[in-house]
Amino acid sequence: MNHLPQAWGRPRDDVYGAYDASYLSQAGPSQHTQQPIVTGTSVIGLKFKDGVVIAADNLASYGSLARFTNVKRLRAFSSSGPPTAVVGFGGDVSDMQYLDRLLQSLSIEEAYSSTGHGLTAQNVHTYLSKVLYKRRSDFNPLWNHVLVAGLDSADAPFLASADLLGTTFSAPCLATGFGAHLAVPLLRKVAPSEDAAAELSEEEAVKAVKECLKVLYYRDARSTDRYSIAVVKKGGVDIKEDEVLENQSWKFAEGIRGYGRTTE
Amino acid sequence: MTSIGTGYDLQNSVFSPDGRNFQVEYAVKAVENGGTSIGIRCKDGVVLAVEKLVTSKLLKPEANKRIATIDRHMGAVSSGLVPDGRHFTSRARDEAASWREVYKSPISTSDLASRMGGYLQAYTLYSSVRPFGITAILGGWDSEIELPVDGQVGDGPASGAGGKTEGKTYGGPALYMIEPSGQYWGYYGAATGKGRQSAKAELEKLDLAAGELSLADGVKEAARIIYVAHEENKDKEFELEMTWISAMDGPTKGRHEEVPKELLAEAEKAAKEALEGEDEEEEKKDEGEGDKMEE
Repeated sequence: MNHLPQAWGRPRDDVYGAYDASYLSQAGPSQHTQQPIVTGTSVIGLKFKDGVVIAADNLASYGSLARFTNVKRLRAFSSSGPPTAVVGFGGDVSDMQYLDRLLQSLSIEEAYSSTGHGLTAQNVHTYLSKVLYKRRSDFNPLWNHVLVAGLDSADAPFLASADLLGTTFSAPCLATGFGAHLAVPLLRKVAPSEDAAAELSEEEAVKAVKECLKVLYYRDARSTDRYSIAVVKKGGVDIKEDEVLENQSWKFAEGIRGYGRTTE
Repeated sequence: MTSIGTGYDLQNSVFSPDGRNFQVEYAVKAVENGGTSIGIRCKDGVVLAVEKLVTSKLLKPEANKRIATIDRHMGAVSSGLVPDGRHFTSRARDEAASWREVYKSPISTSDLASRMGGYLQAYTLYSSVRPFGITAILGGWDSEIELPVDGQVGDGPASGAGGKTEGKTYGGPALYMIEPSGQYWGYYGAATGKGRQSAKAELEKLDLAAGELSLADGVKEAARIIYVAHEENKDKEFELEMTWISAMDGPTKGRHEEVPKELLAEAEKAAKEALEGEDEEEEKKDEGEGDKMEE
C-alpha cells in the first residue's frame, strides 16, 4: 500500500489512465468517506520467543502538516481481567476513534458473560477484519490498516494485519504504510521465518523494532520521533506511550556541502 | 393498612384515599422475603454482598451469580424476585452503554442510580404494568484519574480555558439503594431483604460516615454482617457471594470484580468465629443470670 493517502486504493493513473468520473453523480444521496483526513503513519510489529512487540509513533498528520503530536495509536484490549491484545492503528484517525469505541463496547459486553473465557488477540483480529470487510463491501471503508498483537488461543505469539479492503495477512514481522517498505526488510533480517522469530529474545525484538522506528523517522516525512511501544506476553501488556528516539546519526551532515563538486 | 379490601389495592397506579399505591407496597413485601443483600461504602472502595439461600443440594456451588457487573466500574445486587433483578441489570447495562454512546465516557454511579430510579418509578405509573419486586443496591467507583475520551486526539490544553486545575480531584466511591417505588438515596451502608433489620443495626455500628473503614476491613465486615443477618434463618443453608470495587491504585484498579477466593474464605472464617464468640458470650451471660436466680 502506498503511504500517500491521496493515492490509497486507487488504480494507478500511469498504468490504467485517468479514471473517467464523468458518469458519477456529483451530488448523490449518500456521502461516504472517500479519503482519509487526519492520518497516522506506519505501525510495526515483531514476534519473539514468548510474545509480540508492536510500535507506532505519536503523530497524527493533516496532509503534510504535522498537526497532532501526542496521539496514542496503540490501544490495549481486555475482555476479562488484564489486557490480552494490543491493536496498532495506521490510517485515518477519526476511523481509528470509531474502531476504538467499537472495541471498548465489545470488551465491556464480553466481560458481562461469566464463562471465564476472554477474547484473545486472534479473536480481536477476526472481529476487526470482518468489520473492515463489511465496510469496504458497503463501499464505505474505514480508512485504516491495523496490526493486532497478542497471543492466540494456544498462548502462542500472534501477529496479524487487516486493512481497509478487509485483506488479512499474518507473518512473524509486519508493518503498515511506509513501514512495509522500510521496516519489514530490516525486521526480516532478525526474523526471516516463524522458527527464527521463536528464537528471538524480548530484548532483541525491542531493539530491532526501535531501530526500525529510527529508520522510519529518517525517511518518512509523515513520522515523528515520539512513539509508543508495547510488549504483549503471557503475563500481560507492557505499554509505554511517551518514548523518544535515541542515538540518531546526524553528525555526517556537517561534511556535506552543495549539490555537486565544490571547491569549498 | 386501612382501605385494604376496598378495591384500592387491585390495580397498579391507583391511589388509595390516603394517597398510597398499595401495589408498590405489596412489591416491597416480595423484597422483604428475599435473601439479604448489603453494600458498604468504604474509604477506598465499595463492597457488595448477598446471602444466597441454597434451595437444593443439586445446585452447583459458586454458579448462579447474583451480583452483576455494569459497565466496568459498577456492580448491582438485589433482594426480591430474581428475574426482576436480572431485568434491572439488563436495563442498567443498556443505560450505561447508551451513556457512553452519547458522552464518550463511563456513566457515574449517581447518574445511573438516577436513571434506574426513573425506570423503576415508571413501573408504578400504569395499570398495565406491575412494580419491580426488588430493592437494588448499586455500588461503583467513579474514577478520580482523568479518563481519556475514548480515542481522543491529544491531551488538550495544560492550563487556561478548557485546561486543568492543579490538585483538583473528582470521583470516588458511591453507593445507592433503589426501591420498588423508584425512590433512591445515596448510602454509606445499605441493606435489604429478609435480614435487613439486623444488617442495618450492624452497619450503623461501623460509623461509616466517618469515612475511615478500609476496603479490606469492609470485605470482612460485609461477610460478618451477612452471617449475622442469616442468624434468624439459621435452619437454611446459604452461600455468600461478594464483590468489590477499589480505587485506581487499589486491588481492582477501579473495576468491579469478585472478591478473590482466598480473601472470601478468610472473611467467611472470621465471620463464623465472630458469631461463635458472640454465642459463647451470650451463654456465659445466661449462665451468670441463672446462678443469680438460684441464689
